[in-house]
Amino acid sequence: MNTETIAPREYQIYSGDDLRTNVLEISMGPQHPSTHGVFRMDVSLDGETVVKLKPVFGYLHRNHEKIAETTSYLGSMPYTDRLDYFCSMTNNWAYALAVEKMAGLAVPERAEYIRVIMAELTRLQNHASLVGFLTNDLGASGTPLLYAIREREHILDLFEWASGARMMCNYMRFGGVRNDLPSGWLAQCKKVVDDFPAFMDEFETLLTGNEIILSRCQNVGVLPRDLAINASITGPCLRASGVDYDIRKVDKYGVYDRFDFKVPLGSVGDCYDRFMIRLLEMRESVKILKQALATIPEGPVNDSKARNFRPKPAEAYGRIEGPKGELGFYLVSDGTPKPHRYHVRPPSFINLTVLEDMCLGQKIADAVIILGSIDIVLGEVDR
Amino acid sequence: MIDLAPILAKFPTVKHDAAANALIVPQALALEVAKWLRDDPAYRMDYASNVAGVDTLPVEKKTKVKQPDGTEREVVTKKPGSMEVVYHLYSMALKHGPITIKQVTTRENPAVTSLTPIYRGAEFQEREAFDLFGIQFEGHPDLRRILMWDEFKDFPMRKDYVEPDDYEYEPTPHDAVLAKAKAHYPKASTSTEAAS
Repeated sequence: MNTETIAPREYQIYSGDDLRTNVLEISMGPQHPSTHGVFRMDVSLDGETVVKLKPVFGYLHRNHEKIAETTSYLGSMPYTDRLDYFCSMTNNWAYALAVEKMAGLAVPERAEYIRVIMAELTRLQNHASLVGFLTNDLGASGTPLLYAIREREHILDLFEWASGARMMCNYMRFGGVRNDLPSGWLAQCKKVVDDFPAFMDEFETLLTGNEIILSRCQNVGVLPRDLAINASITGPCLRASGVDYDIRKVDKYGVYDRFDFKVPLGSVGDCYDRFMIRLLEMRESVKILKQALATIPEGPVNDSKARNFRPKPAEAYGRIEGPKGELGFYLVSDGTPKPHRYHVRPPSFINLTVLEDMCLGQKIADAVIILGSIDIVLGEVDR
Repeated sequence: MIDLAPILAKFPTVKHDAAANALIVPQALALEVAKWLRDDPAYRMDYASNVAGVDTLPVEKKTKVKQPDGTEREVVTKKPGSMEVVYHLYSMALKHGPITIKQVTTRENPAVTSLTPIYRGAEFQEREAFDLFGIQFEGHPDLRRILMWDEFKDFPMRKDYVEPDDYEYEPTPHDAVLAKAKAHYPKASTSTEAAS
């Protein structure tokens, strides 16, 4: 061994400063598990950072509006269930409200209360499931989601009992609801509503302070207040950006002016705000439900004359605060039994407008959470 | 109900459709009216809620009118068709609305002014009206099909749209579908063909 050649060596350490990356275009979906259905994102990535994102949809398009224009007004009531299949009760209500506005139909008191109860139960199960799916996207595979689905099942049992179907309820009619509540239903509903806060306490203890949720949701996908208004964002996404706009308070449709509830608002407009707004809104829904269940009057639930009617030539735009945002129906009648124009204003379709704005500059893994926090249902986006 | 008189006074070419309580805005003025409605402190219609295309076919109605001499004469009344885009504007700042504005165009060459530069929320909905009605929105930043696929040729929400007759398979066709389906059935072999 020649010891003269043994000496310390110098090494060059590669800094990586001259490393060049190419922009990579990825088609995320339509079979990606995070897209909540057949939805595709055309993403351009610089490293892991999103530089461009175009949402692509229409895979479930069946031209709902055209089909509704070939049938009677009542004929498309069951089809509205299939728009946002998580919230068929609120879909029914929005459509019934637009027709009632156009034809000038009155709704009996008891039916208004039943509608409020059904809509708030729908909001509870939608928000609970959304939070479950969002944590699923964050990697908490299944556990919070199954807790939410377990609670949702109690509510779907109530829907089935009243309407005959868990999800495709087809329960509302023009001028009321299809049938009165079965005996014992209100007592069971009270029990479900009284038990719900315990689930929420458990849920919030598990999730709100969780370090992974905090670090992955806070300051991710910030939606500025002005952009949210200009881009017609509605529902929890809008209120997470700090805009006080809840159609239950603004329009006071139904009997919402009789209940005492608050509108939770976010301050930053990030994913964490959108997540928390849902949890807080559930608390307010429980409040409304308790008041409605305590004060629901007796009486008729529909106007039997309002079947198969033929509205006068008129047009109307009716809207409600659905769990996902403003759900509206624009109807034009030409005096025939079929609508001349039937248009749905789907909240999750329009809320997707700002998906690119929220994702730019974020990591690709965060795009999944941002999409999850918008809360889309493809049955409604594609129609 | 929002008072529309100040708008009509400021823009004399804007017409009022009393039946629908809507403003019919000429296309050259659409951007200006929308911008004014959005920024005027009395209105502040900062939120474009709903955008919908409406297609109306021309109507020909024949009515028989009795002449003074006792004979009947047929009178034909024609109503031209039209293509409309309807916007429902609300105010989030002042919590009022809606103001309905309409842009009316022809069925033959439908083109209106896009309001997406004023209301970002109209972006996808105008794309939808372009996709399903074939209405051109001038000034739209990204006018592509949104629900139908890019290669699709026709506009399915138009009232005179005829769907292709192989559009669906039904195991037990009836009525109009049966008549269409018959065209696709294999021809039954006749006795003369069998003899030869």
